[in-house]
Amino acid sequence: MERRDEAEFARLLRAAIAGDEKAYGEFLQHAAFLVRAFARRKIMQGGIDPEDVVQETLLAIHLKRHTWRQDAPVLPWLLAIAKYKLIDAFRHRGRRVEIEIGEIAGTFAGPISETASNREIGHALATLAPGQRLVVAAISVDGRSISETAKWLGMSETAVRVAFHRGIAAITQQFGRKQNGYK
Amino acid sequence: MDTSELIKTLASHSKGTARPLSTVWLWAAGMSIAIAALVFFTVLGLRSDITSALETPRFLHKFLVAAVLAVSAFVCVRTLSRPGENRRNAILSLAIAPALLAMAVAAELFALPSDAWAATMIGRNSVVCLTYITIIGLGPLAVFLWTLRYSAPMNPALAGSVAGLLAGGIAASFYAAHCTDDSPLFVAMWYTIAIAILATLGAAAASRLARW
Repeated sequence: MERRDEAEFARLLRAAIAGDEKAYGEFLQHAAFLVRAFARRKIMQGGIDPEDVVQETLLAIHLKRHTWRQDAPVLPWLLAIAKYKLIDAFRHRGRRVEIEIGEIAGTFAGPISETASNREIGHALATLAPGQRLVVAAISVDGRSISETAKWLGMSETAVRVAFHRGIAAITQQFGRKQNGYK
Repeated sequence: MDTSELIKTLASHSKGTARPLSTVWLWAAGMSIAIAALVFFTVLGLRSDITSALETPRFLHKFLVAAVLAVSAFVCVRTLSRPGENRRNAILSLAIAPALLAMAVAAELFALPSDAWAATMIGRNSVVCLTYITIIGLGPLAVFLWTLRYSAPMNPALAGSVAGLLAGGIAASFYAAHCTDDSPLFVAMWYTIAIAILATLGAAAASRLARW
């Protein structure tokens, strides 16, 4: 990115932090574009959708935008967040592989139950990113409301809703894959 | 959820940005010093010969080392709590306090006959030192862990251990005003162990609490 673009990029984020909705939209569009290019370049093998990394990074930018120093360049800050979320995605993929083996071993040993056991719920939650895990656990397991969860985690209600939907989607995808294996 | 949809949702929530991190760190520093002072004056208090002690270089050196540790750890943990910062210089600055202490230890070894080394190092207050530096540091450590949770550390465990050093530096600055063992040999031994306990606690807690 050119120096002039960096200045423009920083201006957008400053305006966004001051509450300018339009500037924030533009900023996030551009951020998504940069992070997508970064994630596609870094993800060589399958198992991780670059778009997941883009979305996790955008959500992190939103929740952590107060950690940007207004006199610092935006790009190193942005790419550091993307890197953190990418490493997180790799770590979760590693864990998911272990969990699948663990679950298969369990099905040989014990009877298959119709409803999800606490252990299965625990496993499903363990595959989620930490933010999603907290939100899904709070809402689905502890039975808190969206607004209670938002207050508890210090997030906005929208952020809670987004994390909840993405978390549930990830779990459904995983359980769906497993059930197909049985039939 | 589609990415452009996510962007739209997030952009509609541009208002209500949280407080800037630098402000929150200053509050955290102020609050943790207040908590440490409260615990110190409630549980321990100043040593009785404080006025004459203030004229001895050994006594003053304890504060110098503890304060330098606290300041460098504060600068360092603030840097570690933000993505995309240059971490190297901040981490290197942590070496200043140990270097000051090492110089004082060397001077002390010259000043004392070698048969007095062991007794001076063990001192009279080792258990009190270990216990109270750790106890005074726990409140500040909790405040800093909460601040790290609010931040976005790239390496939570590392940031947590520096938060422990910071809590230890603050706790040691207070504890030094109570303790009558002023030799750098004593400080290098027992203060170091107590501060290392806080750093370990900080690393373990932050690797769970400060992930984001």
